[in-house]
This record gives sequence, structure tokens and C-alpha cells, in this order.
Amino acid sequence: MAKLPLQFRLNGSDRATFVDPASNLLDTLRRGLGDFGPKYGCGQGTCGVCTVLVDGEPQLACLTLAVSCEGRQIETTSGMADGPNLHPLQDAFMDHFAAQCGFCTPGMLTAARALLAKNPQPSREEVVEAISGNICRCTGYEPIIAAILAAANAPGARRA
Amino acid sequence: MATMEMRKDLFADERDDNLNVIGKGVQRQDMPGHVTARTRFFDDHAFDGMLHLKVVRSPHHHARIRAIDISAAERAPGVKRVLRGADVPVNKNTLLSLINFGKDDEPSLAVGKVSYKGEPVVAILADSEAQAQAACKLVRIDYDPLPAVFDVEETLKPGAPVVNETYPGNYFEYHERFDHQKLRFGDVERGFAGADIVMEHRYQMSPIEHAPTETNGSIAAPEQNGRYLVHSCAQGLFFALGTTAKIVDVESNQLHFIGGTVGGGFGGKVDSLTEPLAVLGAMLTGRPVRFVLDREEEMLYGSPRGAERIYIKDGLMRDGRIVARHIRSYFDAGAYTRLSSYAAIKCTAHVPGPYWIPNVASNIYVSYTNRCPSTAMRGFGVTAVDFALEVQMDRLAEAANMDPMELRILNAYRDGDMKPHRRAAKNTALVECVQVAAEKANWPLSEQAKRASSLIGGGAGERSQIPATQLDARGQIGRPDSRNGPVTQVLPAGTSRIAPSKQPVMEGARDGRATPTQVPRYEPQRPVAPPPQAYQPAPPPYQPAGSYSPPPAYQPASPPPAPPVAPAQPQHGAVRFSSVFGTRRR
Repeated sequence: MAKLPLQFRLNGSDRATFVDPASNLLDTLRRGLGDFGPKYGCGQGTCGVCTVLVDGEPQLACLTLAVSCEGRQIETTSGMADGPNLHPLQDAFMDHFAAQCGFCTPGMLTAARALLAKNPQPSREEVVEAISGNICRCTGYEPIIAAILAAANAPGARRA
Repeated sequence: MATMEMRKDLFADERDDNLNVIGKGVQRQDMPGHVTARTRFFDDHAFDGMLHLKVVRSPHHHARIRAIDISAAERAPGVKRVLRGADVPVNKNTLLSLINFGKDDEPSLAVGKVSYKGEPVVAILADSEAQAQAACKLVRIDYDPLPAVFDVEETLKPGAPVVNETYPGNYFEYHERFDHQKLRFGDVERGFAGADIVMEHRYQMSPIEHAPTETNGSIAAPEQNGRYLVHSCAQGLFFALGTTAKIVDVESNQLHFIGGTVGGGFGGKVDSLTEPLAVLGAMLTGRPVRFVLDREEEMLYGSPRGAERIYIKDGLMRDGRIVARHIRSYFDAGAYTRLSSYAAIKCTAHVPGPYWIPNVASNIYVSYTNRCPSTAMRGFGVTAVDFALEVQMDRLAEAANMDPMELRILNAYRDGDMKPHRRAAKNTALVECVQVAAEKANWPLSEQAKRASSLIGGGAGERSQIPATQLDARGQIGRPDSRNGPVTQVLPAGTSRIAPSKQPVMEGARDGRATPTQVPRYEPQRPVAPPPQAYQPAPPPYQPAGSYSPPPAYQPASPPPAPPVAPAQPQHGAVRFSSVFGTRRR
């Protein structure tokens, strides 16, 4: 099948590649462009470990056709830190033991990042709602919720 | 960081208080990688020219394979190689053969028959995952369905379909010949006879899928020095390496395993489900090979925690003391052994729970059924029996009209108490755990229960003694033909060890070729041996909770008189705890 050209911005850099028309964004990021931040967990939009931001909106990369991202801004956890300076959410996740195996962490951070960008002072219920599409099998969620609430009160948390 | 309460008042003299880490929050070394997405899981590696492996799975629970036609699949677009059982160098393995425990019983790719729905039969290597999946649909397998068995007790009955030809009785053979792992301490029947209340209940635990967010998988790639690089999700990396080396028949130093980052395991990543075929594929094609289960495969065919059925029969005095406990448990291995044989040993090591009981007997079976093979999961072998034991404890408390917390404190092990495994309990702490839990829950305890201590009363009198122990017929406890037979032999009081058999458990299993040591094998006497559920309740008969039998004369804790000692006979496995760990003392 003929491949199609595709260009978008990934974590602030222009990227170009060729994809199968049926390729999803997850395979394109991971296998095509080498960004292993988003993970494969289910391939059917139920676990949230592939969550990325498309023009600031959280989307499940496994259910997003790559060609639909032409010209868009894609952001993943790999580009979340500002050089050596971690995003306040990343600091808060470290401080609150909000990761155990680490596999759901990129998706969790992305979902939380989208939340704080829109709602800098979320309630606990709003945090729970924001990560309700992200499955974690290790932590029981409480440390993750605590980390997101703490980050919301930290300086610089609204940085997208 | 969350803070942890350190109770300095408990066991203060058993502990140095110059702790540098415990009780303090310390950053984990892998955390920066996790929050920056720099942690590399097995699938986070790029290889040029990587092939994708997918397997064709059995749609039947139990079926004979008449024929396999791979011709159409081989011609499908992108397909580079199709593997069948004959392509696997050592196509029969059992995980614990690495420690010489058990017989090789599980093929990497089924030959001749399939024993569970989802069993891999054919593997396809193609340029893309989609091509491999498409080619899987082109494989034609002619099956002849066989009757299947799914119940852990039904499968042990005469005439049940044979699930696993390596174990034709449908049970794992302990010590090469016994159908279950046995524990005997004192005389449970005498204990029941002297009890005020006898209660038996049945407990059932379901299988549980670990459901890690990262599915099982691995990537194998040829290095340029005759070795193979393997990125693996394995929880036991060297276990996976040894298993793979055996199955693909290479020296272990030809395999370079990289792992350590596991995207959730919980026990479900110890089975080497993908590494052997990925390495074999890399060897046969010269290309990197990625074999990853998709979510459906992980949920349906990633091995679960095994289901267990547990029967507990207890003899209880009105004052709350448990005087006898009999446990019969069936661990559902599924179609192949994997780690279930070990689960039953752990279960045996755990009974009768953290309680001092003078008369204990347990029979723990590993049953084969036409289900997905089960494996490790978080305390497997112990968790289910603990669930059963603690529900039973609540029922006993109700029957004795006692507070359940106090019943536990009353019966808990104290330091120095002799366990049925012939070792004294030490560093016990259940009493204190219950006291603290009651305090936290504002649960009122009597002054007597509050004053109880793990350090007081343990090992007093009979509590430190190994009682005379009733064995089964011919002293060869656990033989299928004798498990309902009359008691004919007594292990003298104080006996703590019987010389283990000089026969090795297994010879030459490492290369997967040598035959097991020949030991006398039990031939099933179908008409004679009643099914195991025909357990004969001893007098007094089973009494439902609440309807008490008339209490016999109350007998303060005096041990039953020791029955006459039978002449010493050669014994096998009577008190030896297990082939694997039993005769070693750490």
C-alpha cells in the first residue's frame, strides 16, 4: 500500500515521515519517530497509557489515525521537562511516590498536564475525573491524585 | 512523602533503633526515568528489519490435532517463516526443571493435541504485525475435539479425560509418586472426637488475571558475535534466560538478556511466554524478532492466579481453643504445571495458618484441567488458603460466641510453639498485630486480650512438643490407593526428621532429553480407589455452626495418650517437607 507523507510538530520540533494510511499515531510516534514515551497497553482505547496531547487536547494515540495529525502540535511526556528542569507535575509525581512500575506514568502525566492547563486549581473530584481513562495497576491511584493536587499548588504548574 | 508510624513500644529489645532508611522517605533510583519517560521497557527499542511474531492458538479446550496446513500462510505477503512444534529444538519443558523439580510437560508449540483454549500451535514471523495476524488466519488446523474437564475434583475421578499425558492421573506427582503434598501432626480424628464443636466448610477462589498495563513480550535480535540479545519483560530474568537456553538448545552464554524494567508483573511475567519463540525466530531468520501479546491474548491466555477449592474442618472447644484442623485443598494448575507444584508446597508450608493447633492434617492437590495454565501471583498458594482460614476463624468465633479478634489472639502462635512442620515458631507477632488493629479500629478488647503477648506462653508444655503422629496405611502417606485407608502406623512423638530418599528427584532434566529416574509408579486401581471427595468425616459427624453437639467432658489441654508405636519402617516423604526445600535448614 502506498505510503503517505506526514508532517507535524512533536514536542516543539518539526518532524516528517511516511506512513501507511491505516497507521495509528502510537505506532508512528514509537516505531516511526522513536518517541517511546507513549506506550501500548491495549490498542483499543481503554487503558490510557498511549495518551498524548494533540493541539493541547488529550487523545489516545492508539485510536488516532496518524494522517489525521497533519500540521498538528503533538506533545508527549518525553518533551515535558524544560531541559534539565522538570515540570512541576513530574516533581510532584516523584515526591508523592506516584509511580511504581512506571508504565502508566507518561499517560497519567499527560492527562494531568491537560487538566492543569485548563483548570489550574482542580478539586479532587476533577482530578479523579481527568485521570479516569488512565489505568494504573500498581499504586491504587491515591498517590497520583495527591501528586496532581500538590502540583496544582506549585509555582509554574500552568506551564503547558 | 508519606510518613510511617514506627511503633517503638513493640519488641523494642529485638531491634536496633539506628535505622537509616526504614521509616524515612527515600527517593527511588528509577523514579526520574519514569516521570521523564526515559525508562526503557522491553518494547522501547528500535531495530532495523524487525520481524513480528504472532501465534495461532487453539480454539478448543481439548482436541487432537489431525493435520496442520501452513502452505497458504507461508505464501502470504510479508511472511518470512512459519514455525511448528517440530521446529522447536526442545519442545517440552517445565519451568521448575531449572531446579530439577517436576517433569517436562509443556510444549512451546502444541504437537498431537491441544489441552486448553488458546494453546499456541503455529508461530508466524512477518514483516509487520498486521501481516503476521493476516497469515495466522490462513493456517488450517484439523482438530478432533476431545471431552474436556474443568473442575479440580472431577478431574481426579476415574474416567476423567487425561489432560496432560505427562501426568496421566491429572495430578502433579509429588516426590515422583504421590498425588498430593501431605502434612500430618498429631491425630486430627482424636482431636475432632474430643471437640465440643466440629465444623466443616468449603471455600472457592476464582482465577485472577494480573492484567499488567504492559502486556507480556520480548524482542530478540542477533548480535554479531554468535549471541542473541533479548529485551525481556521477565520478572525473573535469569529464569527466563535458563528456560530459553533449554528450549532453543543453546548454551546460556549465547543469550544476552536485558530487562529489569517490568511494566507491571504481579507474578504474571515469570512464565517465559515469549522469549523462547522470539529467540528461535531470530536464530532461524537472522532478523530481530518481536513477540508481544496483545491485550486480548494477555487477558485470555496470559496465565492467571490459579483457582483453588479448599475444605477446612475444625474441632473447636467452647472456650475458643481450636484442637484439630484438617485441610483439603485443590489447586487448579490448568493444563500444564508451570509453578502450581510450588504453590501447593507454599500452601502446605502455610497451613494451619498463624495458629497453634495440636492436631493438624492437610492434603494439598495440584489438579490438571483443560484451562489456561496458571502461575505465580502475589502470595499464590497462600492467599487463597488464608482467605478460607480467616473466614473459617470468623465462623468459629461465631460458633464459640466469642469476639473474632479475641479468638485470634487466643489461638495465635507464640514464640516457641511447635509448628506442624516440626519447627518452633519464632519472631511471632500476630497477637500484637491484632491488638494494634483493634486499637486503630476502636474495637473493644478484654483486658485479658490486651495483656496477651507473643512472648508469653509460647512453647509451654505440649505447645513445644511434636506429638505422636498418625500416618496413613503402610506409612507411605499420600499414595492414591491408600488415602482413604485405615490408619496403621504412628510416627513416634518427638520425630522431627526422616531420612530423605536417596533417589534423585530427576536426572538430566537440564537438557530436556534424559528420561526421569525410574521410580515405582502407582498404577491406578480404578475400581478400588474411591474419588477423593469421598472423604470420610470422622465421628462426631459434621455439625453445622450453631447446632452444637453435646459437649463431652471438658478436657483441659492434656495431650491424647500416645498410641502404641509401630515398628520402624522405611519411610518416604512422611515429614520431609518437600523435594525442593525440605531437607535444608537455613
